[in-house]
Parts: sequence; C-alpha cells; structure tokens
Amino acid sequence: MQLNDHRDIAADRATVWAALFDPAILCRCVPGCQEMTGSAEEGFEAVVTQKVGPVKATFRGQVSLSDIEAPESCTISGEGKGGAAGFAKGGAKVRLSEIDGGAGTRLEYEVEAKVGGKLAQLGSRLIDGFAKKMADQFFANFQDVVEGGQDGAGEGTGENAGGEKDEPAAAGS
Amino acid sequence: MPKDTGPEKTTGIGASPKRREDIRFLTGRGRYTDDITLHGALHVHFLRSDVAHGRINGIDTKAAEAMPGVHRIFTGADFEGVGGIPCGWQITDRHGEVMQEPAHPVLAQGKVRHVGDPICAVVADTLAQARDAAEAIVLDIEELPAVIDMKQAVQDGATKVHDDLTSNLCYDWGFVEENRDAVDEAIRNADHVTTLELVNNRLIANPMEPRVAVGDYNPATDESTLYTTSQNPHVIRLLMGAFVLGIPEHKLRVVAPDVGGGFGTKIFHYAEEAFCTFAARQLKMPVKWCSTRSEAFMSDAHGRDHVTKIELAVSKDGEFQALRTETYANMGAYLSTFAPSVPTWLHGTLMAGNYRTPLIYVNVKAVFTNTVPVDAYRGAGRPEATFQLERVIDKAARELGMDPIALRRKNFITEFPYATPVAVEYDTGDYNATMDKLEEIADLSGFEARLAESKKRGKLRGLGVNCYIEACGIAPSNLVGQLGARAGLYESATVRVNATGGIVVMTGSHSHGQGHETSFPQVIADMIGIDESMVEIVHGDTANTPMGMGTYGSRSIAVGGSAMVRAAEKIINKAKKIAAHLMEASEQDIELKDGKFSVAGTDKSVAWGDVTLAAYVPHNYPLEDIEPGLEETSFYDPNNFTYPSGAYACEVELDPDTGRVTIERFAAADDFGNIINPMIVSGQVHGGIAQGVGQALMEACVYDENGQLLTGSYMDYAMPRADDLPFFSVDHSCQTPCTHNPLGVKGCGEAGAIGSPPAVVNAVCDALQRAGHNITHIDMPLTPSRVWTAMQQSGGQ
Repeated sequence: MQLNDHRDIAADRATVWAALFDPAILCRCVPGCQEMTGSAEEGFEAVVTQKVGPVKATFRGQVSLSDIEAPESCTISGEGKGGAAGFAKGGAKVRLSEIDGGAGTRLEYEVEAKVGGKLAQLGSRLIDGFAKKMADQFFANFQDVVEGGQDGAGEGTGENAGGEKDEPAAAGS
Repeated sequence: MPKDTGPEKTTGIGASPKRREDIRFLTGRGRYTDDITLHGALHVHFLRSDVAHGRINGIDTKAAEAMPGVHRIFTGADFEGVGGIPCGWQITDRHGEVMQEPAHPVLAQGKVRHVGDPICAVVADTLAQARDAAEAIVLDIEELPAVIDMKQAVQDGATKVHDDLTSNLCYDWGFVEENRDAVDEAIRNADHVTTLELVNNRLIANPMEPRVAVGDYNPATDESTLYTTSQNPHVIRLLMGAFVLGIPEHKLRVVAPDVGGGFGTKIFHYAEEAFCTFAARQLKMPVKWCSTRSEAFMSDAHGRDHVTKIELAVSKDGEFQALRTETYANMGAYLSTFAPSVPTWLHGTLMAGNYRTPLIYVNVKAVFTNTVPVDAYRGAGRPEATFQLERVIDKAARELGMDPIALRRKNFITEFPYATPVAVEYDTGDYNATMDKLEEIADLSGFEARLAESKKRGKLRGLGVNCYIEACGIAPSNLVGQLGARAGLYESATVRVNATGGIVVMTGSHSHGQGHETSFPQVIADMIGIDESMVEIVHGDTANTPMGMGTYGSRSIAVGGSAMVRAAEKIINKAKKIAAHLMEASEQDIELKDGKFSVAGTDKSVAWGDVTLAAYVPHNYPLEDIEPGLEETSFYDPNNFTYPSGAYACEVELDPDTGRVTIERFAAADDFGNIINPMIVSGQVHGGIAQGVGQALMEACVYDENGQLLTGSYMDYAMPRADDLPFFSVDHSCQTPCTHNPLGVKGCGEAGAIGSPPAVVNAVCDALQRAGHNITHIDMPLTPSRVWTAMQQSGGQ
C-alpha cells in the first residue's frame, strides 16, 4: 500500500532536518518504539511493539536513511521481524521545503508498507488503515516534538503506541 | 419442504438406518488423532517461512537449543540422505517427455518456496516451550522475487521456483494429441464457435479437524507407529516407509483413527507425518504435532486453481462438433502426492461430459508457483471439467437462441456403452431420465411465476441448469498404471466371522464422514440375512486391515464395497459346504436365506450360528475337505471406472442494489446406480452441494503479488454456512446400475461438488441477462462486489 500526505511544521528547515537524524527524537516519534540506537550513518537499531488486528508483536529491526540530499530529502526505511508474527517493512520518502519565508517547513511524505507471515495472513485487511495510522502518528509526533521541544510525544509505548491498549495477544491462534 | 425420495425399507440394502458412528461423534466419544496422547510425548512446532521465496543463508539455532524443555531442533540438514516427499503420479507430456519433478525435502533445504514452507522443527517437552524456542531461532533468509501468477511464471526469464528445473512448466499435456489437428480444423470450419475464458478459483479444503501426526518408536522392537489424520493409511505407510524414511512395512504401522473430514486434502503424504515418525526414531520418544488453523491454511494442499479457455464448435442446428480447451493448472511450489493427475487424467477424460462431441482436444500446462502445493479437492479435476463445459454450453445456447435444456438434450449420449473421444467408456447412464426427473423435482414449470414474484419485490431471479458426469470408483490398476500412477487402485476386505456368528469386516477403505460403519454392514446383512448389528467395520489401521488404497474419488462402496462382497461370497460358499456336511446334503442343494441354511425342497435347515460355531469347533466337520475357521480376504480391482451422472438446477435471487446473490432453490437428480443407504447418499449430496455453492459464491484463496497468503483465516476465507443454503431437493431414483461391479453401485461422494458450481453461475448469468445486462460470465466466487461491479460495467437496466 502507498499513501501520501504532508505536514507544515513551525520550525526552520535545518531544525527539522536535524531532528530526522536524531535517534532520541525518532524513538519518541515511532509509535510503539521501545528503544532506538545507532546513528544516521550506520543505521539505527529499533525495538518496536505494535498490534495489528489480532496480532501483537515486538519487532526488532533496522531503520536506515538513504538517498540523503541535505537538507531537502531522504528516504527512511525500516524492516522489522516480529518472530511468529511475521515481518513488516516500510519506508517513507520525505521532502522538506521552506514555507512562511523560511520560518516554517513543509514536510511531504510518501509511505509504503509491506507485511508478511501471520501479519499478512491475519491482518491483511487491516494493514492499509494501520499503516496510514502509523504514518500519521509518526509525523504528528514528529511535528509535536520538533515544535514543542520535549513534551510532544508521550512515553514510547504509551499514547504513541498506535492507540491500542495492551490486550492479551491473540497471535497464538 | 422438498423431501428426499427413496425406497421404504428398514434393513439391508436400500434402507436408511441412522448412522451408528454418529452416536460417538455426537456425544464426544470419537477418538481422533489429537486424542491420542502417548506417555512422555514431545511436542513439535514448525518454524515456517513467512516469505514466498527466499534463499536460506543461515539458520542459527544455538540460543533456541538452550531454551527450557528443548530436546532438539531439526533443520533441512538433518534430512540430507533422507528421501524427500514423493509424488505418486508421473505425467508424460505432449512431446513424450516426462514431467519435471522437483525435490521436496521434509524441511527446506537451501531455499524456501512458499509461505508456510517448514524450515525448522523444534521438539520440546511442551508446545509452549517449542514455540518459545522457535522465536529464538535466527534465520538469515534473503527474500527473492516470487512467482504467483501462472501465466507470468511460464514466460521467458521468469523467476524459477526450482533452480534445477529448466522452467516453471511442470508439463504441457495434450489429450488426445492425435486429435489436435482434426479439432483445430473442425473449429476453423464450424458454423458457430462459442468461446469462454474462465477461472476455476483456488480453494482451501478446511476440514473441521486440522491435520495431526503422532510418531512413536519402540527401540526394543525397532517398530515405528504413525497416528495421522489420513484418508488412506496404507498409502501413507507405503510412501513414507519406502520413499522417505526407508522403513520396511512390517516395521511401520500407520493408524488413521476417527478423522474429522478429509475432502481430498488428507489423501496426501505430508512432511509433518514423515517428520514426526523420523523424530520419534531419532529421539526414541513419541513426537506429536497438531496443526493450528493458521498452519492448515498454509500447509494443507489447496484445490482447483485452473485458468481455462474453452471453445465449443456447434452446427447451426445445435449439434456439438468439436471442443478445444487450454488450461493452466497451478501445482504450487512442490508436487503433492496426486497433483499431476488432477488436471490431466481426472479432468481431460471428462471433457465429453454427457454429450456426443466427436472431436475433443485438451491442453493442460501445469505450472510451479511460490504457493502452497495444489492437489485433489472433492471432485478433483472433474468439477473443473464440468464447470467449463456446462458454462460454455450455456453460453452457446444463448448465442444460438436455443433453450439451454433443449440444447443439452439434443446432444445427450443415449446409447451405452459409449466410448468417448477422450479415452473412457461409459457403461451405463440415462441422461434424459435424470433431466426429466430434475424438471419435475425442481418444478421448472413454476419458474415464471416465481420470477414474477421476485420482480414484484424488486429482485432479479435466475434459473441455472446443468448436467455432469464423473468417472469415479477410482481404479482400475492396469489402466491407471498406463496413465502414470505409481500405485495400484484396487481395494481389499477381510471378512472375519466369529464362532458365534458375529462378523467383523476389515476394509482398506477409510471412513472420515462417509458412514461406512453403517452402510457396509447393510450389504453383509443383506447377503446373509442377518441383522446389521451383527456386523462391525474395522478400518484405518495398517496393523489390522489388509493392504488397501483408501477413500477418495468416490471409490469406497464401488471398489471397497465390492471387495467386501467378494470376500463375503467366499464366506458364504464355505459356509454352505459346512452346512451341507451338517445336514448330510449336497452342497449344490444348500440355500441361504434369512440367516438360515436349508436344503432345497426339504424342511431341513441349520442356522447361521450353527454353521459358524461348527467352523470354529470342528468336531463334526469335513476336515479332510475344508479348513476350520471362517475368514476370507478379497482384493477387488474393477475393469472400469464408474460413471455417475445427473442434472442439477439452481434458482437464485439477486439484489440489484447490492449484487448479493441468494440461493432460493436447489435441486439435484442423480444417477448413482444402486443405492445402499439413501439417507447417507442424500447427506453426501447435500455436503457436496454446500461445498460447490461455497466455491461458486464465497470461497477464494488469495495471494498478494509477493506471495503472502491474504486469506489465511476465517476472517478472510469465507466458508458456506447453513443459512447460506436452502433446503435441497435431492433425488436418486434414476438408477442405471453399474455393469461391472457386483453391487451395481457408482459412488456419490463428489457429485454435489461437481454438479453445483455451474448451476449457480448459470443461474446468476440468467438472472442478469433477464434483466437486460449483457453479462456472459463472472468468475467465481460471485461475491456481491463482483456481481455489482459487473452490473455497473455492463449497462443494462
């Protein structure tokens, strides 16, 4: 599935660009992110807990940044393996342009997502909506963090965990 | 409510006693494979591929092996030097070459080829421990492009499912190849050619009981036992023992106890069965696997999945002149046990249907894709043949402006035996009789009134009628051997009469819903004249039944029942000798009636029990002429298939606002030859129709372009439910007995699933055309979305 959207962020482009490459900020923006380590050059290692339909899993995976054209565009790609739940792959092409005479930044994104294993088997019909929600939430969190400094996003697994309350996982059907 | 018809009889052949097995099934007293818990059994969890195609670069099991309760983790490397899963049928293609046959390892070696392909097997004390440990296995699998679409798979440069094969084409089969030019010529010169391109949708069988395997090994005796959910335990013993694990038959016992539905998908030998047997020998402990429903979706062999173009040449006055078909048949990633035979010999040979079409050519291209293997599913090849033929005839009737029933009647085969141009000889049938019966029970003359009534409510209504023929009672061995079968297809029975007269029949047929335990005793009771309660049926265990080929292809009563009759005839002949001795009469004068042997023309008689007792307490006994005891075995190998046939009618109502189709009436007039138990026959037809309606209206297995199985649960794979179906009007009073088996029976297990899909689609097309839509075909399943979309695209009203 693919989707496109944009957000206008009240921060200059250099600030937004830098934030995209900060693992601490990314960790707070990726819904369900427990942990993110590494660097933009080497790639990030991430641990993300998510629930798609009946399948809840902790994904361990890599996030990498490519096609970097500072400070205009880059591609963020992630691939996570969720054990028995299968795998999820996704990417976002991000483009930054100046608005409001440089005081603000328009962040445009094109997101692509692909799942496999039990996630596809049980959750396929939910994936499009789920991926859109994840992307919207990521960029909403990102906007909050960049605009508001520290307090935009909640704890990694709390309100930014995709809005799903913890429930017993049904992955063992 | 329409009622089944059937002769009123209370006992023996033709009676409908209630199914004795239902007492245990309905009260929770059945004993299924999962009920077998051996002391100390370990549990296995298979780690399966979640990509459709990938190269295995590494498997790190170290951390997993250290997990609690883990006994051992097996990978493909443990099966080097062990045989792969064999294929039981070899097809020779139109150029005289044998099919391409890939290796099928028990656990993946080098590559994974479909989502669900087993990579590792974790054996642990508990299932939870095995599953936890599987999570700790680190797989390094490089995902490769997957081939899913059959036509793309056979293009030059397509990704190959098997690197060591020349392409993804398993075989390119032509039948009858010698007819090809004549068929082409006839179609070129025909008055009229009706062409139809269609898909026979891929299905997942979904028996209520998922597959289970329990392997056991006794190191003291070197004997292995496999308990498994199989329709044919002897076949599994032969395939697994001889081709996979190298265990001789006298050291290998296969037990298939109560089995909760098979529908074809439990015929085949599966990797999990071989694994549990193998692991039990390695670990010297019982090993158990019980499929989850999710695993069943991605590891049980799927069914159908044909893409077909069919052309029917018809003369101006409606005579069929020639038929040509081209079919792509999906094999999936590996060849399942009987997969190659389904689109060929079980499909091409049926293309004549009920009609005198003089020239027929069938081309089938079997294709490997990165999907679960595809094999026989209720009807196996014959539903695919019937669907395309009956759909193209319906389309031809409309193009020619003829009544679909009249066009069929005009072309019916009316003289028997009839040798078709596709290599089979129908022994008996009366297609006009079943069509007459159908017109009566379906109340076709009342259709117009019902149509008007539907219209009043704003609904469209349509009527679909079709015929079918099937070749079942699958055998004969010498014929199937010529056609590429790597097994014989006889059946066996041992009839053991006990000293006090009770009888145990050990049959090679297997009952997994068919009711053999009820119907087989009816035959024996009828032959001897004793009560059915004196006869017990034993099946499903290679240790106490003679070598049998099992149950599929509607063969149990036709082949297995015939073996039982032959064995019972031997019993009766011997018992007559004993009776003659007891009554000091000539053997030729002995008559058996109502469980009593009497001397013709006298009032002398001895009871069945007197004779059986004498056989086992042979004090007064002709020991110099015959042996004591009363036990006989027969192997029966018929000289032809049986050819059940029938005519089906479906009436649908269609909501023009939503495209939703509902089945309002369904009638089936079948000719199954002689009938043993009409109630059981009706039940088989009911179940078959339900599955056929499921295929026609709701079931479809869907893969995405990457080979992910999107219909992997009941959220996305729609099964028919009781409220999707009307009361069926079923009749089997048209009976042209089979000429070559002793019971004159033809088999009824698959008919409903063969005859019903075209009836439903014909009915929907009829409803749409009556409403002015120029719609000649919609591919199954006819979901509301597909029907509604077709309506919007067609214009109409």
